[in-house]
Amino acid sequence: MRKLLGISLIVLLSACASQTTQPEVDDLTAGSGAGAGLGGSDLGGAGSGRPGYFSQLNDPNSILSQRSVYYDYDSYSVKGEYRELVLSHARFLRDNASASIILQGNTDDRGSREYNLALGQRRADSVKNMMTLAGARDAQIESVSLGEEKPRAMGQGESVWSQNRRTDILYRGE
Amino acid sequence: MSINWFQSIRAAWILLLCLISAHSHAQLNIEIFGGGASRIPVAIVPFADENKLQQSITRVIGDDLQRTGLFRLIDPAGLSPHAPVEVVYADWVNRGANALVIGRVTAVSGDQVEIQFRLMDVAKKSQLTGLAITVPTSQLRAAAHRIADVIYEALTGDVGVFSTRIAYVLKRGNKYALQVADADGYNAQSIIEYTEPIISPAWSPDGKHLAYVSFENKKPIVYVQTLATRERRAVASFKGSNSAPSWSPDGKRLAVVLTGQGGSQIFLVNADGSGLQRLSRSSGIDTEPSFSPDGRYILFTSDRGGSPQVYRMAVGSSESGNAERLTFEGSYNVSPDYSQDGKSFTFIHRNNGQFNVAVQDIGSRQVQILTNSKFDESPSFAPNGKMILYATEINGHGILSAVSRDGQTRQHLTVQTGDIREPAWGPLPTWK
Repeated sequence: MRKLLGISLIVLLSACASQTTQPEVDDLTAGSGAGAGLGGSDLGGAGSGRPGYFSQLNDPNSILSQRSVYYDYDSYSVKGEYRELVLSHARFLRDNASASIILQGNTDDRGSREYNLALGQRRADSVKNMMTLAGARDAQIESVSLGEEKPRAMGQGESVWSQNRRTDILYRGE
Repeated sequence: MSINWFQSIRAAWILLLCLISAHSHAQLNIEIFGGGASRIPVAIVPFADENKLQQSITRVIGDDLQRTGLFRLIDPAGLSPHAPVEVVYADWVNRGANALVIGRVTAVSGDQVEIQFRLMDVAKKSQLTGLAITVPTSQLRAAAHRIADVIYEALTGDVGVFSTRIAYVLKRGNKYALQVADADGYNAQSIIEYTEPIISPAWSPDGKHLAYVSFENKKPIVYVQTLATRERRAVASFKGSNSAPSWSPDGKRLAVVLTGQGGSQIFLVNADGSGLQRLSRSSGIDTEPSFSPDGRYILFTSDRGGSPQVYRMAVGSSESGNAERLTFEGSYNVSPDYSQDGKSFTFIHRNNGQFNVAVQDIGSRQVQILTNSKFDESPSFAPNGKMILYATEINGHGILSAVSRDGQTRQHLTVQTGDIREPAWGPLPTWK
């Protein structure tokens, strides 16, 4: 019995030490390491084949450089002040068929993590709907949720929570 | 003892071996609040020669029993019987003990030790049960848990859960670790570590796999990982968000929440990622599925009525249009988890801005709020239905806590540093 235990221990410990393989993820830019920032705007390597439209997207004088939509508590409707921002990105997608985005919905940290994930999804979906109605193609947009897991501001109180109730617009390949 | 006994205990050791690792830094401490009025008084005499071991067997047994809130430990000071013939029952009657635990430890060979223990009925002056276990010294805690299970089962008639494991997520700095530990928080070991969030771990019914949600690829994806080999696969990585895994009781399928077809809706998928099938169909949010132990029903959270509430649907029917609403008190009832007998469920109830663990009897719809903390999350039933493990917050830090089914006993399981959240109580070991 003791011998058997010893062998099991070695097998298990060596298994414990082995690297887990990175899974295949459908529909997302490849080559992103585990350490890549979710909340940032880096969705993969900026290689030499980078489309020219990125200069337009990152022009600080363009509304396209603005990438976040904020919400009221318990709300997922896009407020009037963010309408032009969302529609500008929608028109950009309409005019640049090869461009595509991922919309990440976020919530504050009150309540169930899974339910907040669903609420964040609703926020991202509301932006997506507005964009497709304005001419962007469905296939250009993936709406996902990060729920309460990636807060932009840490702590408690409305000034913190209001920054975390948002949808971020990330261009693929940027 | 019989060959069968050795075979079963050997299987248990192999199962538990993966808990012994270099990662056992996150030791949990236990504090107990309150307690039931009628606890069983038990005296545990330190076993003969156990002071020669690195680990006190009887201390682990005593801690296990005390955490349930069902026992009161009687100090054996001055008395040290180790065999039935050495027991003077009158002494223990005088100290108010109903039951007495005695035993001895004997070195067998190499690092193997034999632990003999007996549980004595003080009133009847007879032995209730006893056991002899031979283990390597690295497995002394597991042996003590096994003995505590035997004592618990003899004195309460319920299945003991001291040999089970728990899973949870530990956040330290910007690192997230999915950890598995013994039910008392010891032998913690990281299954996977990332710099991106991990949520919603779920044990397979055989305790060999964990499903969980990882954000490592910029969106939530459901993985299933095998504990022994560390192999893992993405079982739900569809367009949109993938989350909230719950195993079917036969371990063949998972209920998951997907958003690719609009909204957050519940789907069934085979454990290998094949055979996707839509289960719920609403215009609102349907999430947090929990399978009934017989596999016929799923509890879930839905806001179809205007606020998040717990609903139940039959798994057989393809549409959840006639799902039954189960919770009615308050405007926020989420995170349901079925009890092992399928007769009740635990969930989080919000009242006056507080989030608390509650239990509802499905038949009578009677609700009991079990905690009075501020931010409780992720309640999970013990496999004997007597305790509920949950996450709560103290001084801005996430910790694990457990409360008895009747709300009488609560305990904190805390780590020194870091936030601990998303607990899930594992199943009974396969040898039980």
